[in-house]
Amino acid sequence: MNLPIWMPYALCGAGLVGLGLYGLLARPQLLRRILAFNIMGAGIFLLFGALARRGAVVGAIVDADPVPQAMIITGIVVAISATALALGLIVAHARAGGGEGLPGDTPGVGERDEPGADEAADDSGSADRDGRRDEREGTRR
Amino acid sequence: MSPVPLVLVLTLPLIGALAAVAVGRHGGRVATAAALATLGAALWLAVRVAAHGTVSVTVGDWTPPLGIRLNADGPAVLFLAVTAVIMAAVVLYARRSITGPKAGVDRGGPMAHTFWALLLLLWGALNVIFVSRDLFNLYVGLELASLAAVALVGIEGRRETLAAALRYLLFALTGSLLFLLGAALLYSAHGTLDLGLLAGQLGRHPSDLLALAAMTAGLAAKTALFPFHVWLPPAHAGAPPAASAVLSALVPKASLYILLRLWFDAAPDGAGTIGPQLLGALGAAAVLHGSLMALRQQRLKLVIAYSTVAQLGYLFLIFPLAAATAAIDPAGADAAWRGTLFQALSHALAKAAMFLCAGLIIEAAGHDRLDRLAGTARALPITLFAFGLAAISLMGLPPSGGFVAKLLLIDAAFERGAAAWALVVLIGGLLAAAYLFRPLAAAWRSPDGDDPDFAPVARRRQALPMALALAALGLGLFSDGPAGLMGGLP
Amino acid sequence: MSQWLPLLILATSLVPALVTFFLDQDQHRLRNTLNLGGALFKLGLVVYLLIEVARGSFHEVRFDLLPGQFLLLRVDALALLFLTLSALLWLLTTIYAIAYFHRKPNLSRFFGFFGLCVFATTGIALSGSLLTFFVFYELLTLSTWPLVVHKQNPESMAAGRTYLRYAMPSSAALLLAILWLQHLAGPIEFTGGADLSGLGSDTLRVIFVLFVVGLGMKAAVVPLHGWLPAAMAAPAPVSALLHAVAVVKAGAFGFVRVIHDVFGIDLVTTLGLGLPLAVLASVTIIYGSLKALGQQGIKRRLAYSTVSQVSYILLGAALAGPFALIGGLAHLVHQGLMKITLFFCAGIYDERAGIRRIDELDGIGARMPWTSVCFSLGALGMIGLPPMAGFVTKIYLGIGGLEAGAPWVIGVLAASTLLNAAYFLPLLYRIWFVESPSRSRPGERPLGIVAPAVLTGLAAIAVGLFAGAAVSPLAWASLIVERTYSP
Repeated sequence: MNLPIWMPYALCGAGLVGLGLYGLLARPQLLRRILAFNIMGAGIFLLFGALARRGAVVGAIVDADPVPQAMIITGIVVAISATALALGLIVAHARAGGGEGLPGDTPGVGERDEPGADEAADDSGSADRDGRRDEREGTRR
Repeated sequence: MSPVPLVLVLTLPLIGALAAVAVGRHGGRVATAAALATLGAALWLAVRVAAHGTVSVTVGDWTPPLGIRLNADGPAVLFLAVTAVIMAAVVLYARRSITGPKAGVDRGGPMAHTFWALLLLLWGALNVIFVSRDLFNLYVGLELASLAAVALVGIEGRRETLAAALRYLLFALTGSLLFLLGAALLYSAHGTLDLGLLAGQLGRHPSDLLALAAMTAGLAAKTALFPFHVWLPPAHAGAPPAASAVLSALVPKASLYILLRLWFDAAPDGAGTIGPQLLGALGAAAVLHGSLMALRQQRLKLVIAYSTVAQLGYLFLIFPLAAATAAIDPAGADAAWRGTLFQALSHALAKAAMFLCAGLIIEAAGHDRLDRLAGTARALPITLFAFGLAAISLMGLPPSGGFVAKLLLIDAAFERGAAAWALVVLIGGLLAAAYLFRPLAAAWRSPDGDDPDFAPVARRRQALPMALALAALGLGLFSDGPAGLMGGLP
Repeated sequence: MSQWLPLLILATSLVPALVTFFLDQDQHRLRNTLNLGGALFKLGLVVYLLIEVARGSFHEVRFDLLPGQFLLLRVDALALLFLTLSALLWLLTTIYAIAYFHRKPNLSRFFGFFGLCVFATTGIALSGSLLTFFVFYELLTLSTWPLVVHKQNPESMAAGRTYLRYAMPSSAALLLAILWLQHLAGPIEFTGGADLSGLGSDTLRVIFVLFVVGLGMKAAVVPLHGWLPAAMAAPAPVSALLHAVAVVKAGAFGFVRVIHDVFGIDLVTTLGLGLPLAVLASVTIIYGSLKALGQQGIKRRLAYSTVSQVSYILLGAALAGPFALIGGLAHLVHQGLMKITLFFCAGIYDERAGIRRIDELDGIGARMPWTSVCFSLGALGMIGLPPMAGFVTKIYLGIGGLEAGAPWVIGVLAASTLLNAAYFLPLLYRIWFVESPSRSRPGERPLGIVAPAVLTGLAAIAVGLFAGAAVSPLAWASLIVERTYSP
């Protein structure tokens, strides 16, 4: 079977997108979700690159279409910035008393309660927390 | 035709953001200057476009499909102008709340430094989105806006706000990636990412439906469509009020704007009937769910945040009312288009006003619990009046922009012969009245015991939400001009 | 010339209201001058308008809202009737309110919303199209809520909640009706009516029912009347305005417009809707009077009386035939004058003597003569004995009923008269013929609090006594019906 050269890459890319999406949706731990996001991003870029090569085979463009390549590079930069922001937030969240995952995602993985950590300057802090827990836990109260 | 105002509108916020970072503690002054300058540029551009038609700029004189074209037409200019007005008001408001003596945070601390930069970056990104005609440019703008917004949500550094920011980030990133996936598929099928060049071509290639679905899903998540709305209430309620105003009023409108451009400028005739009906149904569900949740909230900011979820639902009614029918029923489609734009714009103004009111109430009372707001009418009469005026627009009562939107949407529903959507609009208005009169009455009534302590708030600051609320009303009274700029369904 | 007069009349209510919001609580003199000045100016402009229209000039203002949708103000005979009534009564209520509140708190807020309420009512009177009518109708709801909850106590807040619970859904019904009809027949202006001939009967019936729901709430038609007794928690000037001039009359006025200007009485009768509506009005008339019998609070008794009386107007509008409509339109004015007198007096009783219940009225006639005489005039007018205004109304309605082939209307009117007597005469008896437990004379000062009641009371007699005169409300109503509704 004579596979076009770009086909394995495209399939791999599609597979990565699927894996990444699954990880993003199904895993509660924050770090894993960020990793999944990166995998999904990589998958999309791979797909994009493969499709660019396909364009080269079909059309009159030499070797590979440069436009998607430029987009991939930009996309990688964007993904890195997003990951950096995400990691920064996760670290800050952990320092402020948060746990591995987001509250409300899974019952086991939640915040560690630190009494003093939330007495922020804004007085709506405790009411804030009560209100949000009410809203999250619905009928439990 | 000179592209100067268009260029200014894009570059001034970004330059301002950089300057704000450089200047550090005096970021507020830089931000104010940038804000007023950008407001001027936006209004200049609006007047120019109203008088002479679309203003266009090709960057570096490289034409699409290789180059990038920036296009300011009627709807773009309306969004630019409204964004500028809201941002200017928010900047003026935040001068005192972020770095003034009332600020709840350390004046020299990180929030004072980064807030201005983030706000201006967000503004720049939004402006880029409104004038771009190129899917990749839109992607970059969308990402920048999302990241800046996420950072604004988490800026106060408390655990709950960081959690809300992270949840928002996850939704936003997923949405962006889905959008990018769709863009990649479209490029491979059609060889261009320019919306103008894609127009009329979508639907011919088998992968187009998948691309459209992916992009729509991603953008819908960013616009907090039911059931992807769960990130919005904690994020908007947890951010500082100045940021919440911008987050609720403007950020979801940007993703909606892209969605509208994608569907109606690039005209996917191959979308079939199921997709639009599904979007409309989800929009209706958002209206109901958001309103019912708003009725149950105990805190003012959460009421307003859930109200956003509900109001954003109206914006998806355009799909069943206008998609794939423009040829059959132009009058109805035009009405749906204009109604949606009016809804987006007046909601932006009214919601920003409301969040600023909430911010002032929190400053005065120290909290925003509804059951302890009695007596606010005496302490903050202007603020409460502004809240009432903004509520009038959200309820869709005359003489506001919300009413004009309601008229147009119901008209479109009748034209389409789908009266059920008209009922959604009407019932939504009733529910909005219910969940907005509740805090209004709570603040109006006199306190049972002693007069609670309210810190004084300057009249000048109370004038800011009042100005925004009046703008929302003005959009209804002077709707002829904006309606002309909006044009018909593209 | 033909553009600015209606706008100026609207401005005389709007501008003082907006300025008043910015005034401090203590700026009594400025506030009073502003509001009284506005009311006087408005009355003057209305008189001028009457003269102009009598000379034959045409006044219309069109304002583009959207491409295809516009707001229209137009002066026709019916508009003038409502406009004159509201301008006159606004002036008197302003005088009354100033005297009533004297130094109470939150006056700038009150007079601001008060002015907005009159602005909305004026707009309703001057509306030339259904959409314009709706805009001002909603403005009326929005500007009266702060008046109902003015006292800010739990009772007022509850009254406000009830008011909104009735007002909001009914306004949604009204909007649906208007937009649906406009979708079928294009923008609908009152003059010239709409061309509804090509539309399906069932659709028109459904739309009509929606109109009844939408307008019936403000007109306090059973079963949408529940908000009116609850709204008695508001201060007396508010009750006076709501019951006599603004809200209930707006609903009734809307009915006249919809039945006669939009649908046309012939179409309404052909669709078989006239009779059921007349029956509904009659049920309201009787029910209101029955409930009034059971009320011990003076204001609540008057509230149910209003529920009953406003439906006379509806009855007049629903019966086919000119006499009924003349009766109904004349009653718009008659009921306004009589009811406002009663509410003025009820307010004086409350403020000066602390009297809120029927059983506290014993012997008050000797102690507060002026107020009690006015109250009696209003009550007698309500009962409808000749030569009071109420009697004139009933005669015309009765003839109208016969004309329309519904002789049972006379029975309803007779029963209503008896019931009115049953719940008003005992009050008069207590006031005049029972010994008072106390000797004190609560002052009927300042003049401003009693003079309006005296004026409206005298007017109430005059419109009945001189009903045959060329300038009476009855004559005016006849003119309207002649000119506008008969071919």
